[in-house]
Amino acid sequence: MSKTVNVKELIQKKDKLAKVKAKIEKFIPLFLFALASISILTTVGILSTLVYETYLFFNEVSFMQFFTTTELRPLSPVEPKFSILPLLVGTIMITLVAMLVAVPIGLTTAIFLSEYASHNTRKILKPIIEVLAGIPTIVYGFFAFTFVTPILREVVPGLQSTNALSPGIVMGIMIIPLVASLSEDAMNSVPNAMREGAMALGATKLEVTLRVVIPAAISGIIASFVLGISRALGETMIVTIASGSSKNFTFDITQSMQTMTAYIVEVTSGDAASGTTAYYSLYAVAFTLFIFTLLMNMLARYIARRYREAY
Amino acid sequence: MNDINSINMVEEKKQYINQDVVKRKMSKRLLLNNIVKYLFLFAASFAVAVLAILLYRVSVDSIGWLNLNFLTNRLSTNPDRAGIIGAVVGTVWLMIIVGPVTMIIGIGTAIYLEEYAKRGRLHSFIQTNITNLAGVPSIVFGLLGLTIFVRVFGFGSSIIAGGLTMSLLVLPIVVVSAQEAIRSVPYFLREASYGMGATKWQTIKNVVLPSALPSILTGLILALSRAIGETAPLVVIGIPALLIPIPGSIFDNFTALPMQIYYWTIDSVLVDEYANLAAATIVVLLIILFVMNSIAIIIRNKFQNRY
Repeated sequence: MSKTVNVKELIQKKDKLAKVKAKIEKFIPLFLFALASISILTTVGILSTLVYETYLFFNEVSFMQFFTTTELRPLSPVEPKFSILPLLVGTIMITLVAMLVAVPIGLTTAIFLSEYASHNTRKILKPIIEVLAGIPTIVYGFFAFTFVTPILREVVPGLQSTNALSPGIVMGIMIIPLVASLSEDAMNSVPNAMREGAMALGATKLEVTLRVVIPAAISGIIASFVLGISRALGETMIVTIASGSSKNFTFDITQSMQTMTAYIVEVTSGDAASGTTAYYSLYAVAFTLFIFTLLMNMLARYIARRYREAY
Repeated sequence: MNDINSINMVEEKKQYINQDVVKRKMSKRLLLNNIVKYLFLFAASFAVAVLAILLYRVSVDSIGWLNLNFLTNRLSTNPDRAGIIGAVVGTVWLMIIVGPVTMIIGIGTAIYLEEYAKRGRLHSFIQTNITNLAGVPSIVFGLLGLTIFVRVFGFGSSIIAGGLTMSLLVLPIVVVSAQEAIRSVPYFLREASYGMGATKWQTIKNVVLPSALPSILTGLILALSRAIGETAPLVVIGIPALLIPIPGSIFDNFTALPMQIYYWTIDSVLVDEYANLAAATIVVLLIILFVMNSIAIIIRNKFQNRY
C-alpha cells in the first residue's frame, strides 16, 4: 500500500501539535503553583480558624481571667472558669521532666555514636534508635500507662495512677532519637582536622570531645534541644492517656496534670457542644500552643543559623 | 620544672621523655576517658533497652489475644469476641485518600519549588512556610480539620475528613523529601534532554521525575507510615468510640487502628482485658509499620548512588 504524503498537511499538523505543547508548557507552571499554594492555604487556614475562634472566646472571657487566674472549670454548669495557667504549668512541668530525660541521654548517645563507636557498632545502633523514632506516640502512651506508671508507683510514694512523672519520662524517651540524631549530625560536621589537631597535642578522646567537638557543634546541639522542647509541647497522646485530666494548679508531678494538648482532646471528645464558651476555649488554648511551638521552632532555626561556625 | 630536671642526659640511651612522669600524668586522664567511654555506651544502649522492653511487653500482653479471629472479627464490647477488622479497613481507607492526595500535591509543590519558581521572595516564603508547617503540632492540624473539613465542608467525622486532615499533616514530609530527590538528579541529565530539543515539562516528565522516583517513593512511604500511627488529629475530628459498621465509602464514619488502641487503653481501667486487646492491636500496627519501612529501605538501597 502506498501512501501519498502531503508535506503541507504534515507541517500543519506539526504546527498544531507545537501550539498544543506550548499551551501545556504555559499551563503546567500555573497548575504546579496552584498545588504549591495549598501549603500556604493550610497555614492561612490554621491561622484564620485559630485567630477567629480565639477572638470569639475573648469576647466572652476576659484576657485577664485567661492568663492571670488559676481556676479552670470549663464544663461547670454553674460558673465556668477559664484559665490557661493550670494547663501551662502542666505542659511546662511534663516538658521539663521529658527534657531531663532526653537531654543527657540523647546527648551522650550522640557523643558515643559520633566519637566513640566503631563503624560496626554504629551500623547496628543507629537503625535501632531510628526505629524508636518511628514508633507511634499512641504506643508510647500505652507503654506509659500500663508499664511505666505501675513500676513507678512501687518506687515513688504517693504517685497517682495518672500523673505527670510517667508521661514525662516516656516523652523524654520518645525525644531521645530526635536529640541524638540532630546532635550527632552537628558533631559529625566538625572537621576531623580539629580532632586530629587536639589529639596531636596529647588530648584524650574525652578531652577532644568536651573541649573541641562540643564547643564547635554547640549551635546544632542546642538547636536540637529546642526542637525537642517544641516536640514535647505539642505531644498529645502520651499525656492524654497517662497524665489524666485534673485541672488543678499544681507543681507536684506525682499528681495528675493536664497539658494544653490533652485539654484540647478532652474538650473535643464530645463534652462541649459547638458554640459554647468551652468549645471556643480550646481554640484559645490551641492558639497559645501554636505560638509556643512556632517560637521554639524559629528559635531553633535561628540558633542553628546564627551561631553556626562554617568550616 | 620537674619535667626538665627529670630528663636524664647522662644515660647512654638518650631519653628526652621520662616515661614515668608521662604515665603518672596521663594515667588519670586515660582512666577517666575509659570510664566515660563505657558510660556513654551505657547511655546509648538505654534506647535499645527501652525498645526491647517495649516490644517484649507488648508481645507478652498480646499472646493469646492476637489470632485470626482477632483480625477478622468486628468490634465488640465483649473482649473475647472483639476484633479489629473495622479498624484495619478504616486505616486502609485512610491511606487510599492520604496516598494519592499527598503524592499529587507533594510532588507538584516540590517540582514547582525546584524547577519553576525563581529563587526569590515567593520561593523562600513557600519554603519557610513548609518548614513551619512541619513543626506545627498534629493536634493543631486536627483542629483545622475539625473546623474546615468536618464543620465548614460538612463532611462529619468521615473518612474523607480524616484523610484530608492527615494529608495536610504529612504533606511537609513528602514535599521536603521530593525536593531533595529532585535536587539530587544531576544537571547533565537535564542538559542532555534540552539538547535533544525537549521542552522544560518534557524534561521534567521524562527525565527528572523517573530518576527521582525511587527517593520520592521512599519519602512517600515514610509519610504514610507517619499517618498510619498518628492519633491526635483523628481524636480531635471526633471519631466516635462506638461500635460503627465497617465503612464502605469515603463519606462513612470510621475508626482506625491507633484510635482503637487509644480507646482500649483508656478503657482498660474498666475492663482489664482491654489492655490485652490494645497490645494486640499495637502488634498489628507495628508489623504494618515495619513492613512499610522495610519496603522504603529496600527501595532506597536498590536505587542509591546511581550516578
